[in-house]
Parts: sequence; C-alpha cells; structure tokens
Amino acid sequence: MLRKDLVILRRSRLLVGVLVLYPVLIALLIGFAISRAPAKPKVAIVNLSPPGQAIEIGNNRLGISHYTSSLTSGITPVALSSRAAAVQAVSSGRVLAAVVLPADITQKLSSVLTQAHIEILYNGNALEQSFVQSTINSALAQANLTLSQEIKQLAAEDIDLILKGGNFDVLGSSHEILGLKNITSVLHEVLRVQPPGPVRSKLERVSSFAEFAAQNLDLSKEVLATVSQPIQIKDRLLHGDRTPLDSYAVVVAVSISLMFICVLLAAGGLALEREEHTLARLTRGPPALVSRSVVLAEKTLLAGGCSFLVAFGMLAGISAFVHLDWGRAQFWLLSLAAASLAFGALGIALGALAREVRAASLLAFLLALPLAFLALVPAGSVAGGLYEVIRVVSFVFPFKAALEALDAAVNRASPGVGVSVAHLAGLTAGYVLLARGALSRST
Amino acid sequence: MSRQARSPSHHVDTGTPILAVSGLSKRYGEREALRAVSFQAYAGEQVAVIGPNGAGKTTLLSIIAGIQQPSAGTVDRAPGEVGWVPQEPAVYSKLTVAENLELFARLEKIAAPRRIVERMLELTGLGERSDELLANLSGGSRQRVNIAVGLLCEPGVLLLDEPSSSLDPRQRERLWEFIDGLAERGTGVVFSTHNVAEAERHADRVLVLADGELLFSGSAESLAAEASKNAPAENFEEAFVTFLRESGH
Repeated sequence: MLRKDLVILRRSRLLVGVLVLYPVLIALLIGFAISRAPAKPKVAIVNLSPPGQAIEIGNNRLGISHYTSSLTSGITPVALSSRAAAVQAVSSGRVLAAVVLPADITQKLSSVLTQAHIEILYNGNALEQSFVQSTINSALAQANLTLSQEIKQLAAEDIDLILKGGNFDVLGSSHEILGLKNITSVLHEVLRVQPPGPVRSKLERVSSFAEFAAQNLDLSKEVLATVSQPIQIKDRLLHGDRTPLDSYAVVVAVSISLMFICVLLAAGGLALEREEHTLARLTRGPPALVSRSVVLAEKTLLAGGCSFLVAFGMLAGISAFVHLDWGRAQFWLLSLAAASLAFGALGIALGALAREVRAASLLAFLLALPLAFLALVPAGSVAGGLYEVIRVVSFVFPFKAALEALDAAVNRASPGVGVSVAHLAGLTAGYVLLARGALSRST
Repeated sequence: MSRQARSPSHHVDTGTPILAVSGLSKRYGEREALRAVSFQAYAGEQVAVIGPNGAGKTTLLSIIAGIQQPSAGTVDRAPGEVGWVPQEPAVYSKLTVAENLELFARLEKIAAPRRIVERMLELTGLGERSDELLANLSGGSRQRVNIAVGLLCEPGVLLLDEPSSSLDPRQRERLWEFIDGLAERGTGVVFSTHNVAEAERHADRVLVLADGELLFSGSAESLAAEASKNAPAENFEEAFVTFLRESGH
C-alpha cells in the first residue's frame, strides 16, 4: 500500500511540485527576510534654519545636525531645500513623507521655555498613513531622546562647574569660578582665624548654606538623569529561554509548512481511495484485504513521513541563514515527528469526512488556515472571552501544540518539549478515533 | 417474444450451492432496504438481480460481498470465494493495468502474483495495454480491469453490480462474451442490472427485487410466462413491467 501510494505520488507531478516548492519558497523568503536589514523608507528632510545657527544651552552650542542625524537614523533621508519641493516630492510618491524643520527651530530649542514644532507632510492610503506616523514618531522619539541627553550632559557640565569650579568663556574672555565646594573650604579656613562676633556668625551662616547647596547640587545630576528617562525597563522571562524573533519566525514558517503538507497529503490520500472506489474493495470482508485501521495508519505515516522530511530539510536549510542549535537536533526530530503524526491524524479525519480529493483539499485549507492564524493571536490582544474561545479552539487543533513543541525544541521555549509532545500524542489519538468513526459510518 | 439463449454447451452444476443467502434483511433507520431475502447460487450459474430503482439490488450484492453488514440473516460462502466487481471501476487511475493487478494480487496474498497477472491480462485481452495507465483507458477497458481484479483470487462466485451500465453496445457485447466464458468455466456469476434484456439473454435465473422484497426467483421464461397469464407480453421487458405492476409495484 505504501509503495503504491509512493508510485502515485511520484506520478502526480503537479502535487509533488507544489508540495516541494511551497516549503522551499517559504524557507527562502524567511531566510532572505531575516538575513537582510529591514528597508528604510525614504523621507525628505527640509532644514529651513539659517546655516551656522546652533542650539545654545547655557554656555554651550549644539549644532542642529545633532538633531537631524538622530532623526534620520531609522529612515533614508532625502535632503530638500524648500517646503514646496517637499510637497511636490510627497505628492509624486518620490518620498514617503517629508519632515520640515522651521527657520526658528534653533531659537526655540535654545530658549528652553518654548516648545519647538516641526511639520510632517505625508500622503497615501490608511495603511501608508499609519506606517508613516509610526515611522516618523519612532524617529522623532529617538531624536528627542538624543537631544534631551545632550541637554542633560551640558546641564551636568554646568552643575559640575558651579560645584567644583573652573574656567568658562564669556564673550571670548575666560573667567575663573571658585565653585561651591571650594567656597566651603575657603570659608572654613577664614572661620578658623575669625574671632567670635557678628562677622563670624554671618560667615558661619554663609558657610552652612554653601555646604547645603554643594550637597544638594551634587544630587541634581542624578535627578537630571532620572527626569530625562524616568522609567527604565527591567524584564524577566518566567519560563524557558528568551526566544529571538528570527528563530521564532523560523519555527512558525516550518510549522505552517509542516501542517499544510501533512494535512493536505493525508486528507487527499484517503479521499483518493474513496474517489477511486478502492476503499470498499480493500476493506470488504472478512477477511479484508487491508483493514481500515491499516489504511488509516498507512495514510498517516505516508503524509507524516513526507512532511517530516520536508520540515527537517527546511530547518536545515534555514540554519544557513539563522543560527540554530544543532546540539538540540534530537528534540527537533522528536517534536517534528509528534507534530507530523498529529497533522497526519487530522488529515485522515478530514479525508474520511470528504468523499473526493478536491473537497478534502478545500476542507483542509479552509480549516487549517484560520485555525493556524488563531493560534498566533497573542494573549491580551483580543477581548478576554474571545481569547478563551481561541484558546480552546487552539487546544483541540494540533497547530499550536506543534508550534510550542518546535519552539521548545529549537529555542528552549516554554512549555517544554515533553508537555507539547504529550499534547500532540493525545490529539493524534483523538483524530485517529474520529477518522475511524467517520470512515466506518460513511462506508 | 424472442430470446437469444446462451451457448447450449453451458452447464450449471446444481449440486452443492457455492453461495447461500438466507433471510437477509437490512434496515437504514426506519427504512427497510431488504426484507428476508433468500436464494442460492451454483457453480457455472448466472443469476441476474433485477428490479426498479431503490429495489435493494446494490444493497444485496454489497452485503454478500462483505462491504455492509446485514441487520438479520446469513450469507454462507467460503472466505475469499466471492469476487467483487463494483459498478464504478475500483482501481487506481495513476497505476498501469499490470500494476493494479499486481497490487491486488499481492494484497490477496496470491502465491505467484506475476503469473496470475499474466493470466488475467490474457483473459481480459489487455496484454498489449498492460503498461498503460488506467486513466488513459476507455470505460470498457477499465471495466475489464475492474472485473479482472475481482477474479484474481479465482473465486467460486463473482458478484457484478451493474457491470455494463457505462459501456457502449460494442463494449457491452465484449464484456458479456467474457462473463459468459467465466460461467462456462464454472464460475458462479451474480449480477445486478437495469437492462432486463441482458438478464433475459445471459442469466440462467432471475431474481426480481422490489422495495427490498424478493418477488420472483426462476428462469426468464417462467417469469415471462407468469406475467403473460392474463395477457401475452410483446417482449421480456413488457412481461417484467407487467409482473411488477401485478405484484403491486
């Protein structure tokens, strides 16, 4: 039976072509997407501030280029000279958006008291608008952070000067500042030789204030750091290892390919026996030429074996692009085998329900695609009740369990390989029983 | 009324029946598809099961073939003694003629599968087309392969469900030559058909089923005589229709 099905598979060139090409294409796309840096959108930058102007904070000057270089870190900047040129470039689609820095930006930033405004020009449909907003907002947040850190640095230097003393330039001439800490020590020396009286009393008050000011100004640098970035993140993963996004993408791609190949092959293989009217001939009896259980087992193993080989080949191929730990290959094999059997069992259940190959294939697609999508919906992204429904649906469909098993095998993610493989084994048994029942009922 | 009888050399061994059906009933929920049907078949005998649509012909044959279980009654036949030829060819269209025969021969656990395949190819006259895919064959040739698969285990009884329904007249003639030849070599043949002329021409005995009930079992001549008691029938088909009407169907 297995040999016969392999011969039929070999002669179904279109089917084999799709089954081989589909995962290879997926693998190449994933590999290509991951190995390349994300494309940066083209954004026009129009700087209308007069040349040579700088942001002045205290005694320091900060060139506007500090700001624009941060702004352009996540985009491909296209320098334009006027707002009109920017409008034209955005309208023609040459650039995704334009950022216009007004002529008075350096003055407003220097004043510290007034917020500076920049203008963003964009076009396109709702998706493009959303993309522009998120891209520009991200770039602006980065630029503002850079600027606030520069300002914080300058403010910290000024505080240091007031505290410790030193030289500073005013209108080209250098001046020396004593510094609060030095004032305190100078005053202590003076007080040691100063006889008691009203003058000493006044000097002691000045000395106390200087000490108090020096101590508190010392703290102000830490206060500045806190104000510039009030919340810092300290994340902790409760179970398993942290999964890099690229290797998780690999796991998703392999799981989806495994599911489609296996479910389609198993469902189509069993439905073919019915379409060709051979199932009744094979299983009639007693004695039957082949029992129904053997037919189901053979279809499951054939589909599972083929999809297992393709999925393992995908993992091996993608490992050329993404680092995968080959030391855990035995866990890959275990999780792929369990997932293949579970998908194969689901496939034979669908094949037993459908009477012909086209109906079985359509049923497999219509069921697998949305259920796989549901399994990828993250917790908290939908209403609580709906997520509970999704959880239940995902639990009884092998995709999520297969994804978790493979993620655990490749990325040491939680839950472990054992839990997911046991889940898949349970689903396999359930779907085999369902297929057995559907087949007995239909014949 | 004219009948074209089978070969006069044809011999039916009415000794021990090779198939005995006794009190066979089948229910699908409230509906009774078969009601206590009993009959026997002998080596070399051709039995035609005729009746209107929904009479239970396919149900009867599929229970004898072991595809369905009866609700009541028994079928006595030696294991492997019944060959089954369904109405639609039950063969793999992506395999060649020889591959199909060899596959089923191996599944039948025949000791020398290649030899039996050669024999079947010769018997069906498909030797020259043995390497062709079933998908490329005509309906008649596919049906011949379908029958050959049913004959692989050299059964005592061959069951055929509407064997000529999808064939043109020429293909039908060749098919009946083949089936007649099997019967002459001693194989019992039980076939269902809508074509009562075929039953008249090829069957030694006809079973008339209607609404799951066996109304008649005997030769085509005796059925015609039964139906012509009151008014003579022009032909066997008219006699059959008259018989059904008089039986309340």
